[in-house]
Amino acid sequence: MRVGLFIPCYIEQLYPQVGLATVQVLERFGVTVEYPHGQTCCGQPMANMGCTDAARPVAEHFLDLFEAYDYVVGPSGSCVSMVRHHYDGLVADPQRLEKVRQKTFELCEFLHDVLEIRHLEGHFPHQVGLHQGCHGLRELKLASPSELVIEHYNKVQILLESLEGIRFSQLQRPDECCGFGGTFSVSEEAVACMMGQDRLRDHQQAGTEVLTSVDMSCLMHQQGLLQRAAHNSKSKPAMRVMHVAEIMAMSDQ
Amino acid sequence: MKHAAEAARFIADTERAQWHDQAIWFVRSKRDLAAHGVPEWETLRETAAQIKSHTMGQLAGYLEQFEKQASALGAIVHWAQDAQEHNKIVQQILEQHQVRRVVKSKSMLTEECGLNEHLEQHEIEVIDTDLGERIVQLRQERPSHIVLPAIHIKKAEVGELFHQQLGTDAGATDPQYLTEAARQHLRQEFLRADAGITGVNFAIAETGGIVVCTNEGNADLTTSLPKLHIACMGIEKLIPRAVDLGVFLRLLARSATGQPITSYSSHFHGPQAGGELHIVLVDNRRSQILASDDFRRSLHCIRCGACLNTCPVYRRSGGHSYGVTIAGPIGSTLNPALEPGRHETLPYACSLCGSCTEVCPVKIDLHQQLFTWREKLVMRGLVPRWKTWSMRGLGWVLSNPRIYRLTGWLARNVGSRLPRWIVYNRMNVWGRQREIPPLPKQTFQELYAQRDVAFEESSRNGVGEARGGDH
Repeated sequence: MRVGLFIPCYIEQLYPQVGLATVQVLERFGVTVEYPHGQTCCGQPMANMGCTDAARPVAEHFLDLFEAYDYVVGPSGSCVSMVRHHYDGLVADPQRLEKVRQKTFELCEFLHDVLEIRHLEGHFPHQVGLHQGCHGLRELKLASPSELVIEHYNKVQILLESLEGIRFSQLQRPDECCGFGGTFSVSEEAVACMMGQDRLRDHQQAGTEVLTSVDMSCLMHQQGLLQRAAHNSKSKPAMRVMHVAEIMAMSDQ
Repeated sequence: MKHAAEAARFIADTERAQWHDQAIWFVRSKRDLAAHGVPEWETLRETAAQIKSHTMGQLAGYLEQFEKQASALGAIVHWAQDAQEHNKIVQQILEQHQVRRVVKSKSMLTEECGLNEHLEQHEIEVIDTDLGERIVQLRQERPSHIVLPAIHIKKAEVGELFHQQLGTDAGATDPQYLTEAARQHLRQEFLRADAGITGVNFAIAETGGIVVCTNEGNADLTTSLPKLHIACMGIEKLIPRAVDLGVFLRLLARSATGQPITSYSSHFHGPQAGGELHIVLVDNRRSQILASDDFRRSLHCIRCGACLNTCPVYRRSGGHSYGVTIAGPIGSTLNPALEPGRHETLPYACSLCGSCTEVCPVKIDLHQQLFTWREKLVMRGLVPRWKTWSMRGLGWVLSNPRIYRLTGWLARNVGSRLPRWIVYNRMNVWGRQREIPPLPKQTFQELYAQRDVAFEESSRNGVGEARGGDH
């Protein structure tokens, strides 16, 4: 099984440790990963702005790099969802897209659906607040969103809750958007930041020690708010921020 | 109007913005409870979507059938191509009957067409009889929400308004006292009115009947006291058969307010004895939307407001920040279809969270439509050039791996050495309220390559664990 490791641009540049943790977790389950060189981005920033022409070559480049693999796995619900749900009309060859689309997975989804893992060895004795990134939740269907009247499930939580000592925060709004939204976080700065503050307040009232998500981008936005509050009050941030892969990798040690 | 600027203004009053968010979240929570009380909810949504989709596919035929059946019941059917024609038709009917004073129950279509202003220009007084609409009318405002028109106004503000306009006690905030005052005031208006105007929630092609849903019974008073009833509806309000109505009535009130059904679902089959019923069917660019594969499904909308209630942006920016009659996700997809050049910021007033799509009782793919709108707006040159150029630049960097790596290196190595006051300058919008993440010295690629070297060395020395990786 050849697994191509898809490292989104902001993880490559800003959160390399999340990429390393992803490799570590996959290797723990006997998966050999390959990192195709020359990776850049999935094209989401341009596509979300409506700049389809600018996104096109980036999407083609993605297919060039990953076409040959049996699976493509990346630690981001949003970027994986971009490839799976928003590449139509961006790439020239629909058959090539279909091939890549079917084998591209978010990390937890790959563990849960492909490797059929339900149990992780290790312990993580902390109260964790699980932030459900919207694209992972509603487009990749990693969990049942609160709007739908369907049986409750949560693939990420199933994996995490097998860790010894882990506890989960009970949130008042279990799956509200944090307000990152890519370029939205800047173009609608006031709304985006209020949304982020509201999420953090919900986590604080629930007693979250570690805020986690399958999406480092959502966490970057919330971490930015936490660190600004800490900077202003000259104290430590109110909670730690870790990607799900980091929790999984760390709990093994 | 630029949504982001209006939203920032609304949010500047933090306490009010939080109150607004919580008040509307409460409605969303009631909707969740009501929906979860119906085990076949998802089947209902799917059925409703299919009925609407079928109806839109044969709309012309159903409209003609409706006209025929409604006329057979004694109603007079009018066709209006746009808002102006609609307003003129209503004005003429009223003038023919020498009407000077009209009561009106809630109708988003007449808001869309600006009917009140038009009639007032022709010296016909219009009194909105839905409590929320009456409040915004007395304040000389527009509704901020399609179901809860006065949701942006606090109790104390209503008390002050009623004190000034209706003579209630100063400082009164008791909702029961205030609604009783409104009831007495409106009762007089009902008795004085010469005609009644209503919206239409559903029009049934098979029977020629129309259905109006209210919680206050004001549509019933609007149509039973005056002898003249004018019902105004968009052409998308049609459903094929009477039996289909149950599907929509079950979805509508649960999605709107979490009630099992609206307090009054009033059916009109022809005029009352000795009276007249006029039905005005309005296109106002709906047929253009119908012709579009991307946006046709937005005509499924039954105006329940659930997408507004769930929208994290709407709740925090208030309905007026959209500058349109129908705010929120559905408004952000409908309004650019009406006037793309005026509403070009609305599809961007969205984090693409997708909650609207999941909550919609008729399964409109709202967030996908907003995503598609952005592409259309860029193609039509309606997005500021500096934005599209910067995206073009970014696209170029990201399709050239070497330049991408160099740019990243520069940002991390130069950026991390700059003093704080330069990094957090006024142009740095991200940094107004947020820190930039600590910049790492090395990228993932660099660290991963080092790891491989370390691994190869250790396996040469025979101490490493077996590990895959064939590159």
